[in-house]
Amino acid sequence: MSDSASKDTPEQAEFRLYCRDWLAANRPPDPTVRLPLSALEIMTTGQLDYLQAWQKAAYDAGLVGCDYPRSVGGGGRKDCQRVANEEMLTARTPYFPNIIGLGMAAPTVFYHAGEELKQRLLPRLFSGEDIWCQGFSEPGAGSDLASVQTFAERRGEKWVINGHKVWTSLAHFAEWMILLLRTDKSQKYDGLSYFVVPIRAALGKGVTVRPLIKITGETGFNEVIFDNLEVDDGYRLDELGKGWQVAMTTLLHERGAGELQTPRAGGLKSKGSHATTAHNLIEFARTARRDGKPAADDALLRDRIMQQLICETALTQNQRRSRVPALLDHPMRLPLQNKLLASEISQHTAALALEVAGASASLYLGDDNAPAGGQWNLAHMNSYGMTIAAGTSEVQRNILGERVLGLAKSK
Amino acid sequence: MTQPDNFGFGEEAALLKSSARKFFTDRFPTSTLHALVAGDHRPERASECQWDPGMWQELVELGWTMLAVPESAGGVGLPAVAVAGLAEELGRAAFPCPLLGTINASYVLATCGAEAAPALAEIAEGRSASLAITNSVGSWSPGDTDVSCRDGVLNGTAWYVQDARKAARLLVSAQTETGLGLYWVATDAPGVSVQADTIVDLTRDQAHVCFDNVQATRVAANGLAALGQAMPAIWTVLAADMVGAAEWQLQTTVEYVGTRRQFDRPLGFFQAVKHPLVNVMLQIDQAKSLVYNAACAIDTDPARAAQYAHMAKAAASEAAAFAADRSVQLHGGIGFTWECFVHLYFKRQKHSQLLWGDAAWHRARLADIVIGPTTAGV
Ligand SMILES: Cc1cc2nc3c(=O)[nH]c(=O)nc-3n(C[C@H](O)[C@H](O)[C@H](O)COP(=O)(O)OP(=O)(O)OC[C@H]3O[C@@H](n4cnc5c(N)ncnc54)[C@H](O)[C@@H]3O)c2cc1C
Repeated sequence: MSDSASKDTPEQAEFRLYCRDWLAANRPPDPTVRLPLSALEIMTTGQLDYLQAWQKAAYDAGLVGCDYPRSVGGGGRKDCQRVANEEMLTARTPYFPNIIGLGMAAPTVFYHAGEELKQRLLPRLFSGEDIWCQGFSEPGAGSDLASVQTFAERRGEKWVINGHKVWTSLAHFAEWMILLLRTDKSQKYDGLSYFVVPIRAALGKGVTVRPLIKITGETGFNEVIFDNLEVDDGYRLDELGKGWQVAMTTLLHERGAGELQTPRAGGLKSKGSHATTAHNLIEFARTARRDGKPAADDALLRDRIMQQLICETALTQNQRRSRVPALLDHPMRLPLQNKLLASEISQHTAALALEVAGASASLYLGDDNAPAGGQWNLAHMNSYGMTIAAGTSEVQRNILGERVLGLAKSK
Repeated sequence: MTQPDNFGFGEEAALLKSSARKFFTDRFPTSTLHALVAGDHRPERASECQWDPGMWQELVELGWTMLAVPESAGGVGLPAVAVAGLAEELGRAAFPCPLLGTINASYVLATCGAEAAPALAEIAEGRSASLAITNSVGSWSPGDTDVSCRDGVLNGTAWYVQDARKAARLLVSAQTETGLGLYWVATDAPGVSVQADTIVDLTRDQAHVCFDNVQATRVAANGLAALGQAMPAIWTVLAADMVGAAEWQLQTTVEYVGTRRQFDRPLGFFQAVKHPLVNVMLQIDQAKSLVYNAACAIDTDPARAAQYAHMAKAAASEAAAFAADRSVQLHGGIGFTWECFVHLYFKRQKHSQLLWGDAAWHRARLADIVIGPTTAGV
C-alpha cells in the first residue's frame, strides 16, 4: 500500500493522527437494517437515520468539510479532506447519505453563492441534517442537459417556476435542491440560470415529488414537478444567464475532477453491506464450485478475474500518478477518466461474479441461499446507474475525445 | 514495506525522461527511422540489422546504457522508475539499439554477487549486452534453456535472442550438473555463431545463437534465483517501452483523424473513430500507471515486485495490441501501406506483445500469486 502519510505536511500529519484516534474511539454501531450499496438507493427512514447519525458525528468531529473556511462551517484546513477520506476508508466506516450535497451542491454553492447564503446553507449540508438533491435531468433533457425546459418567470423580486425534473435522487428526503432551469427561451446555453430551492418546505405548495422504481426494485430517485412555485431571487446562484457555467462547477465535481475534494467515507464490512471489488470476487471464487472444484481453479475464470484485478489496481495507480506532474501528458487526462473507469470496472466485476456464482446467480435478496445475500445481483444492476448517471459512459468518451485528444466536437 | 506516494519519481528521473524525449525527437524523428530500417520491403528479404551505431555511442556517453548498473559497480545506479522513464521514451522513438538488453543484463548481473562484478564493469565501460536465456520453443519461464555447460564450456543453442547482432556480450543461461548457471560471453568469441532470424519487426534484430565448445565466464552458480529476482524489472522496462510506443500510435492516429476529412467532416468527429481512440488512451494510461507502480515496487517493495510487474506487462501487452490494431485501421488505405509510418510501430508492438510473456501468460502467473496455485488433480 502506498504510504501517503510519508508525504504529509505537518498539518496533514497531525490531522491524520487525530482522525485515526477519533475513528478508533468512535466506531459507529453495526447497522440493524440492510444498507443499500450507495446513498442513491436509500429507501427507508431506518436506513437514512442510521447514515445521518454517522455523518453528523463525523462532521461534529471535523472530518467533513475540512478544507472549507470556518466561516461557512468548514474546518479551515488546507488539503485535509483527502486525509480524512483516506482514514475513513481505511477504518471501514459507513458512507455518507448526503452524497449530492457534499459532492455537488457544496462546491457549487461555495463558488457561486453570496456569503450570507453560504453561511446559512453549508453547515447543515456538511452535517447531513439537510439532505440535498439535484434537479438537472428532465424527460426531454438527459445527455443534452443544456436543453432543459423547466422555466422561471420573473415577477418582481420573485421567480415563478414551472417544469418537470426526473431521476432526482434523494428528492424524497431532500430539504434543498440545486436546480438548473431556463430563464430565457431564445438562447440555449445563455438562457440557463441556476437556483437553490427549498423543496421540502414547498411540498404540496408548488412542488410534487413522486418516487420512481429502479431496475433493482428499489426506490431512490423521483420525478419532481414544479407547478407555479414561487422562489425568492436571493436563491439564484451567480448571474442571470450564467446557469451553464455554474452547472459546469457541479458536473466537474460530480465526476471527481473538481478543485475541492468531496468528503467520502465507506468500506463498512458488516452483514448489511457489500463492496464490488476484485478481492471480494476472489474470495467468492474460492467458495463457489464449478465441476466439483473451486471456481478459483478454473483457468478461464482465473484469467478474467485477473483482468478485473489489473484494471482495479490501475485505477488506484492512475489516481496516484495524477499527482506526479512529470508523468502526466494533459492535466485533465486522468481526472476525466475516473468516473468512467470506476463505473465500468465495477460493472464488469459484478457481472463476472454472477458467472462465478453459476446457478446460484439466479437467487436475489429475498432468498436465504443467495450468495452474498443476493448483493452481487444488486450490485450488477445498480452498476448501470453509475454508467448512466453523471454523464453516461458514451458522453464521457465524447468529452475525453474532444477535450483531451482534441477531436472534432460532435455537438 | 511502504512505497513513496510519487513512485519515487524524483527530479533526476524527470530530467532524464525529458532529456531523452528531446534527444529522440530532435535527433531521431520517425522519418529517420523509416529511412534507416524500411529500405527493403520484399517479404522474403534477408534478415536485416539496420541501426545507427554512432547514435548508440552517444547514448553510451550520456550514461544511459549503464543506468541500471549499481554505483558500487561503476554504473549510474538510478532507481527502476527512472529507467522506466527512459524506456518509455525509447519506445516512443522505436529507436533500434541494444538498450533494453543491456538494461536487462544489468538487472540480472546486479543480483549475482562478486562473480558478476567484471561483467557489470564491462557494461559500465559502455559494452552492450543481451539475454540468451530462451529455448527453441520460446518458453518464457526463466530456466528453460537448450544450452548446457560442462567445465566452463558451453554447448547448445539459445533462441529468440534480442538485438543479438547489435550486442557485444551475451548473458547465457545453461544447464550444469548442479542446476542452472549464468555465463558471460562475447558475441565474437570463438565458437559463438549468431544466426540471424528473419523477423517482422524492423526496429529490432533477433537471432538464435549457437555455442560450439565456447569458453565462458560463470557469473552466477544459482542462475534461477538471479533470473527470478531480475525478471520483474525486465518485464517492467519492456512494458514501459510499449507504453511509449502506444502513445506514439495514439497521437499519430489522433493527428491523422483530425486532418483527414470524409463526409464533410474530420474523421475524428465520428464516434466509431473517436471512442476507440479514447479506449486506446484509457488502456495506455492504465498500463502506464501500472508500469510506474511496478518500477516503484522494484525499488522499494521487492516482495510485491513480481505481482505488480505481471500486471504491468499484461496491461501493456493489451494496450499495445489494441493501439496497433486501431492505428492501422483508422488510417484506412494509407495505413495499409509500407510508406505510412504506422507499420513500424505496429510491428514493434506485435513483437513486444509476446516478448517475455504475453498478457495471458502474465495473468496466469499473477493468479498463482494472488489466488494461489490451483489445487491440481483434486
Ligand atoms: C441511478 C441514477 C441516478 C440519477 N440521479 C440524478 C439526479 O439526482 N439528478 C439528475 O438531474 N439526474 C439524475 N440522473 C439522470 C442522469 O443524469 C441521466 O439519466 C443521464 O444524464 C442520461 O440522460 P438520459 O437518461 O436522458 O439518457 P439519454 O441522454 O437519452 O441517453 C440514452 C442513450 O443514448 C446515449 N447517448 C446520448 N447522447 C449521446 C451522444 N451525444 N453520443 C453518444 N451516445 C449518446 C447515452 O449514452 C445512452 O446510452 C440519474 C440517473 C440514474 C440512472
